Amino acid sequence: MSEPLLEAIDLVKQFPLRSAAFGRGRSDVVHAVDGVSLAVHKGETLGIVGESGCGKSTLGRLLVRLHEPTSGTVRFGGDDITRLSRSELRPYRRELQMIFQDPYASLNPRKRVGQILADPFRIHRQAGRAETERRVKELLEVVGLSPEHVNRYPHEFSGGQRQRIGVARALALNPKLIVADEPVSALDVSIQAQVINLLDDLQDEFGLTYVFIAHDLGVVHHVSDRIAVMYLGVVVEIGPSDALFLRPVHPYTEALLSAIPAIEDDDEVRRERVVLEGEVPSPVDPPSGCRFHPRCRYATDICTIEQPPLVAGRDGRLAACHHPLNDTGEPT
Amino acid sequence: MSDAIAGEATAAAGDLAAVAASPWALARRRLLRNRVAQTMAGVLALIVVVCLCAPLYAAHVAHTNPFRSNIDGTTIVGGKTVPVMKESTSGLGLGVTPIGPTWDIHHYFLGADGQGRDVAARLLYGGRNSLLIGAAAALITCFFATIIGIVAGFFGGLVDGVLSRALDVIWAFPVYLLAISLSTVLIARGVSIGPFRLESGSLLLPIVIIAVVYIPYVARPIRGEVLSLRRREFVEAAIGLGASTWRVLWSDILPNIVTTAIVFFPLMLAIDMLTEAALSFLSIGVQEPNASWGTIILNGQDLLYTRPAVAIAPGIAIALTVLALNVLGDGVRDALDPRAKLRRTD
Repeated sequence: MSEPLLEAIDLVKQFPLRSAAFGRGRSDVVHAVDGVSLAVHKGETLGIVGESGCGKSTLGRLLVRLHEPTSGTVRFGGDDITRLSRSELRPYRRELQMIFQDPYASLNPRKRVGQILADPFRIHRQAGRAETERRVKELLEVVGLSPEHVNRYPHEFSGGQRQRIGVARALALNPKLIVADEPVSALDVSIQAQVINLLDDLQDEFGLTYVFIAHDLGVVHHVSDRIAVMYLGVVVEIGPSDALFLRPVHPYTEALLSAIPAIEDDDEVRRERVVLEGEVPSPVDPPSGCRFHPRCRYATDICTIEQPPLVAGRDGRLAACHHPLNDTGEPT
Repeated sequence: MSDAIAGEATAAAGDLAAVAASPWALARRRLLRNRVAQTMAGVLALIVVVCLCAPLYAAHVAHTNPFRSNIDGTTIVGGKTVPVMKESTSGLGLGVTPIGPTWDIHHYFLGADGQGRDVAARLLYGGRNSLLIGAAAALITCFFATIIGIVAGFFGGLVDGVLSRALDVIWAFPVYLLAISLSTVLIARGVSIGPFRLESGSLLLPIVIIAVVYIPYVARPIRGEVLSLRRREFVEAAIGLGASTWRVLWSDILPNIVTTAIVFFPLMLAIDMLTEAALSFLSIGVQEPNASWGTIILNGQDLLYTRPAVAIAPGIAIALTVLALNVLGDGVRDALDPRAKLRRTD
C-alpha cells in the first residue's frame, strides 16, 4: 500500500492528576491514550469507535496536535510533526483540520458567521478582502447554507446548521485530512443523516480523507472504510469495516457489536447478545495484562499477565488478543 | 415577557436576509425592556449632571466659595441679614452653631458646616470627587483585573501561579484594613515611583489605592471564566486553524470576557464610592479643603445634634447613588447574560 497520509506511532498521552497542593505528593496519571499506532491512507475514512472515556477524542486531538503527546510520533505526509513549534506547524494546519462534537461550543458566540469563516483565510493570509468574502459565501453554499447568512450570529442557527458551519470552517483551507470528533452525536437523528451525507459528498468532491470518531457503531459502519476499536486507551482491533462488522476478532468488538439492536431477525447476522459485566476500569489504574481481561468471557491466566500485541490476523485485520475469535466466532 | 421573546424568535426566523441582531443588540433590547433599571439609570444620570454643574451653582446661584472658611460671613434669610455662625445659646452656651438649612436655593440651601461653608455647594463638589474617584477606580480595577484574569487563566502554569498568589495576598487582607494602611502611609507623603510622582493631596492617590484593593475581586472570577473558555471547542478550533496566541486572546477570549467586566463595572463603582466615603470619613481619602461625600459626613459628625443635615445630606446622596448603581448593575447583568434567553427559548 502507498505511504500513509497520517500515521500515529506508539502515541501516548497522559494527563497528570494533581492530588496534593503545589503538585507534591503522589501524583496520579490518567492514561488517556496508551500506545496507539495506526495509519490513515489517502481518500479513506478511518472510523474510531469505543465507549466514552476510552481515549478516542484525545487520540483525535493528538492527531491534529491540539494536545501535545506525552510520547510517540505523529507523521503527516511522511513528515514528523510531533515536535514542531506552533509556527512551524502552521503550514500543516492548513492540510489537517478538525470538526468538533458540540456545535454549540465550537462556534464563538460573539462572531458573525462571516467572521468565523473568514478567520482561516485571515490567519493564513490566503486571500484579500473581496476574495475572502467570495470564498466565505462559496463555503456556505457548499455546506448547504444560504450565502445570505454571513451576517448572522451562531445563536440564530439550529444545531445541524451550526455543525454545517463547523464543517465549512474545517473545509476553508482545502485540507487533505479532517478529523471529525463525534460530529453528529450532539444532533437529532434526522439531522445526523444530513450531516453525514454532507460529509460523504464533500469527500467525493474534494478527495478528503477522514478520521471519523464516534461511539455510534451504526454511523461508523456507514461512513468508514476501516474501523479501529479502542478500549481504555489502546486499539484492540483494526480492520475493514464490513469484515469487522461481520466477524469480529476481538471479544470486545464482539460485545460492542452485539449491543446493536437488530431491527429485523434477518438483519445481517444474528448475533448472540454478549452482556459485558462490570464497569470500564479506571484509566488512572488500568488492569494488568490485557486491559479487557476483567470483563472478557474468554479470559485465561495469560490475559492477566501479558498485554497482547496488535498482530495481523485474517482478512487484513489487526487484533490485540491472546484468544482471537475464529471464523465461527469461537475463541482460539 | 414570553410574548416579547416569542415575537423576537419569529422575527429572527422570518427574515433571513436581514442583518442579524448581534449579542450586543440583544442585550440592549433586554435592558430597554427593564423599566426599573432604566429608572435607576435616569436617577444616576441626574445625579451626575447635577454634580457636574457644581461650579455653575457655586458661582451663579449661591455665590459662595465652598472651599474657603467663612466664619465671619453673613447671609440673607427672609430678607434679613444674619451671621452664618451664631453664638450657641443652648446647653452651656459654648461655641458657635452654623446656620441650618434655609431651603432657599440662593442662600445656604442646606445650611453651613463647621467652617461656615455652604453645604449644598460642597455636596455638589463632593459628588464630583466621589463619582470621579469611584468611576476612575472601577475603570482601573476592571481594566487590570481583565488583563490579569486573562493572562493567568489562559497561560496557566507558573504565570497563573505567580499572579494568583499575588492576588491571594491582596485578598487575604480585609479590604478596609489594606486601604487604610496604604492610605495612611501614602496620603501624608505622596508617592514617587520612577518618573511618576503622586502628590499627597492628589485625587489620584485614593483612586489608585481603591482600585488596587479590589482587583482580586474582579480578576478571580474572570480568570475562572477564561479557564473554562480555554477548553471550549471554538478556542481549540482557532488554535487548530493555526491562529497565534495573541489572535486567540484578542478575538476569541476577550470578546467573551468583556461582558463580565462590564457587569462588574457598576457594582465596583458602587463599592468604590462606599470605600471612598469610608476613607474620607477617616480623613485618609480626599483631603481638605477638597470635598467628597465622605469628608462632608466627617464635617457633619460634630454637628450631628445641632445641624444633622450636614451629615444626612451626603449620606442620602451616597445611599441613592449606590442603590441606583446596584439596581442598574443587576439590570446590565440580566441583559448581558446570554444564557438567560437560551434557557427560556430552547
